[in-house]
Amino acid sequence: MGARVIVTTSGKGGVGKTTSTANIAAALAKFGQKVVAIDADVGLRNLDVVMGLENRVVFNFIDVIEGNCRLNQALVKDKRVPNLYLLPAAQTRTKDAVNPEQMVALCEQLKPDFDFILLDCPAGIEGGFKNAAAGADEALVVTTPEIPAVRDADRIIGMLESMGKSPIRLIINRLRPNMVQDGDMLAQEDILDVLSIPLIGIVPEDESVIKSANNGEPMTMSLDSPAAQAYLNIAERIMGRDVPLMDLQAYATHGFLRRIKKFFKRR
Amino acid sequence: MGFLKSFFGGSSSGSGQTAKNRLRIVLVHDRTDISPQLLEDLRREMIGVLTKYMDIDTSKIELDLDRDEQAVALVANVPVLRIKRGSGTWVEDN
Repeated sequence: MGARVIVTTSGKGGVGKTTSTANIAAALAKFGQKVVAIDADVGLRNLDVVMGLENRVVFNFIDVIEGNCRLNQALVKDKRVPNLYLLPAAQTRTKDAVNPEQMVALCEQLKPDFDFILLDCPAGIEGGFKNAAAGADEALVVTTPEIPAVRDADRIIGMLESMGKSPIRLIINRLRPNMVQDGDMLAQEDILDVLSIPLIGIVPEDESVIKSANNGEPMTMSLDSPAAQAYLNIAERIMGRDVPLMDLQAYATHGFLRRIKKFFKRR
Repeated sequence: MGFLKSFFGGSSSGSGQTAKNRLRIVLVHDRTDISPQLLEDLRREMIGVLTKYMDIDTSKIELDLDRDEQAVALVANVPVLRIKRGSGTWVEDN
């Protein structure tokens, strides 16, 4: 059968690709799937620190491709969750160290042993993106409710479509329900309206994201927070389960009370 | 009146609406980005079709994408020297 290979991408940097990859990978593993997260950001690796596995990295996938080590020597096993692995990127190499064919071959080599292969894609639309996307069948596009992020997502979606990736699904990250309610932030409908790809989940802005990255522990492993719940839901939807969207308004302070507070704060 | 509105909500013109409109316009333009090569190919093929029916001044053809706030239009300005007789099914007799 073999693993489903999914690339997490966005075009724009800093919208939460690595956070999403780490948390979805951990969540899928928590649901009993065997998962490997590949850091495809050669030269600017960060998935290792977000997952808290940086001290255990010995080899990386470039070493595997160049024959410096065997594949299972480069895989870092996460000891906190069964069946979760990281395949790190090289930090002292550039994106030119690999080509798309080698990435495809690497994924093929991993497929028989896993249920899911998640590829954390670098920002941009150049070589690094093309390498990461080459090996994948499906894509998750991460955007935030801001014009630059949505614009870049639109561009990346066009490229993924022309590469034949399917399904291509959208994660709206860092949404602030309060601001949407006040009409000061792009709402999910606005974004879905222009991007016209299916939504797989909305992750609210949440301080836990920073805290969990500080601690090197994906939120979906333990912390109970709105963002963790959102990522757990996304993982379930990837597995094909029908999970309703979270009620984000519940996380917004109630509208009327908040407006009274805001009113007095201004004076 | 303004403070009542801010008190009871009904913020119909928040910056989110502005963002939505700006995003839409940006994407309309991005999606119709056309390479000079493609525009040149289009011009050549159009000339081929048009010259079957009329003599045109090929040196003065203007072909461009016209973008305004809401939409994008392909605008062609083709000076016609004369219509070729008997080029269509319609035959002029006098």
